[in-house]
Amino acid sequence: MSEAEAEQLPGTMGRQRLVAVLELTNISKHFGAIQAVNDVSLAIEPGQVVGLMGDNGAGKSTLVKMIAGNFHPSHGTMQMDGKQLILNKPVEARQHGIEIVHQDLALCNNLTAAANVYLGRELRRGIGPFRILDYAAMYKRAGQIFAELKSETRPRDLVKQMSGGQRQAVAIARTMLSQAKIVLMDEPTAAISVRQVAEVLNLIRHLRDQGIAVVLISHRMPDVFDVADRVIVMRRGRKVADKTIASSSPEEVTGLITGAIEQVL
Amino acid sequence: MAVTLDQTIAQKQHTIFSRIFASQTFWVVIAVILACIFLSVTTDAFATSKNLYNITRNITFVAIIALGMTFVIITGGIDLSVGSVLCLSSMILAVTMHAGYSIEVGILASIATALAIGAFNGILIAYLGFPPFVVTLGMLSIARSLAMVASNNTVVFQFGPDHDKLLALGGGAWVFGIANPVLYTILLALITGFVLRWTKFGRHIFAIGGNEHAATLTGVPVRQIKVAVYMISALAAGIAGIIQTGWLGAVTTNLGNGMELQVIAATVIGGANLAGGVGTAFGAIVGAALIEVIRNSLGLLGINAFWQGVFIGGAILMAVLFDRLRNFRRNE
Repeated sequence: MSEAEAEQLPGTMGRQRLVAVLELTNISKHFGAIQAVNDVSLAIEPGQVVGLMGDNGAGKSTLVKMIAGNFHPSHGTMQMDGKQLILNKPVEARQHGIEIVHQDLALCNNLTAAANVYLGRELRRGIGPFRILDYAAMYKRAGQIFAELKSETRPRDLVKQMSGGQRQAVAIARTMLSQAKIVLMDEPTAAISVRQVAEVLNLIRHLRDQGIAVVLISHRMPDVFDVADRVIVMRRGRKVADKTIASSSPEEVTGLITGAIEQVL
Repeated sequence: MAVTLDQTIAQKQHTIFSRIFASQTFWVVIAVILACIFLSVTTDAFATSKNLYNITRNITFVAIIALGMTFVIITGGIDLSVGSVLCLSSMILAVTMHAGYSIEVGILASIATALAIGAFNGILIAYLGFPPFVVTLGMLSIARSLAMVASNNTVVFQFGPDHDKLLALGGGAWVFGIANPVLYTILLALITGFVLRWTKFGRHIFAIGGNEHAATLTGVPVRQIKVAVYMISALAAGIAGIIQTGWLGAVTTNLGNGMELQVIAATVIGGANLAGGVGTAFGAIVGAALIEVIRNSLGLLGINAFWQGVFIGGAILMAVLFDRLRNFRRNE
């Protein structure tokens, strides 16, 4: 698809925007006869928190898995910073600056916070094949990231001794190791206490303040209206709403999720 | 005085001493030392150089395999085939040398056999998703059977032109009168400890044992590492087999029978957790030492050898009990 065509697509034209960090154009995904995601276009700007809402089976996870490199779109294109983005594996998404905080956080309880932050990309020192883990550098950098996140998390502590909020901080710290451009968070506030939810929402604001775009997949209306700038609602594979938080309301979003309100675009 | 965020983050919660006292391995070391002191006082035969030489050498065969087993157990797996692999490796060595080949060829054939078996176990477990217990239980049977096929179920005690070299390798004492197997064990323990603590590979082994799904999601090559740990375990059994052949001077198809249970007992006593994610090289050695000291002391104290199993089993339960008690306290 040429750039001229792309400019005429709905969702990408209209009011003047910043250059989108991630742009999806007419993305569809079907599994056999099942249409999981149907003709979705959206653009996400740097430093923007986007709440992605929808009932179970609405296509949120499928959409996110395409951005994360788990699935190939059946139709449509993805662009990152204006360049076409084709992902074959989750590792490639990470190389492009797309980081994912999984719903179960993907933490190893038996390792320290720093070890978890650096899992899969450990720092080493030495020459050639004789390279050993650089504990000091990993503790130091992990500590700096926790300080940036304003989280009371000690790099040397084992994750199994940590609170839900600290565990979230460890998972989020991973996304800050490299120059992440966009962070996808899958239900980060689903199973933690009220106080820890506040901690996590603060972590999201810190990511935003550094110019990182955050996609927050959530069922919890208050969280999305607290932290997000924009809300996208999906129902039965289609995007049925994409508007700023200020111009929407929890009642409207509930109506959109359930189908009481058909569509507001 | 207000504590800043930076101070909190920089704080170390555990001192070296608190960590040592909290470790199961430390208490097993204390148990071994107390047992040795007790035996030195109560018996004349224990603290003799000959007995100590025997004990340290007897520890080694279980200890070397326990080092390899530690890798597997940290990933949350188990290797029941090590006793049979030890037997098969010994037999391949014996048969090759008996046929007139040099000790180098014999050792090479023996190590290659062990590695091939480890790779077979690992591929079935990592790529085809077989349960480790089942795969290695099958291999326990297969490897011993192959040893019988290789030797036609005979005893091999003549090792061709390099016969004396092999016996010196396993039975000699080249440095300060310390039995050679002890030297090998110390060397292998140092390597194991280094790999577990200082390499990316070691870190990934712990990650797989802690949360395999998380390791996969973060890009750890889980399958390759699992194959590698079963190869290491089989390699350790192969090395132990070569050394034991040199020490015994004969190989029967009975060699290493039931050894897998002693090895697993040693690793568990030393602090490894069968659920995965925990284990040390030092723990494996100490666990093997405690088992051997118990065996030795029963003999010296004149207790009927039939009681051995009760004491070793009791040691396993005691060691794990310590671990449970610590966890209860933490959960409260």
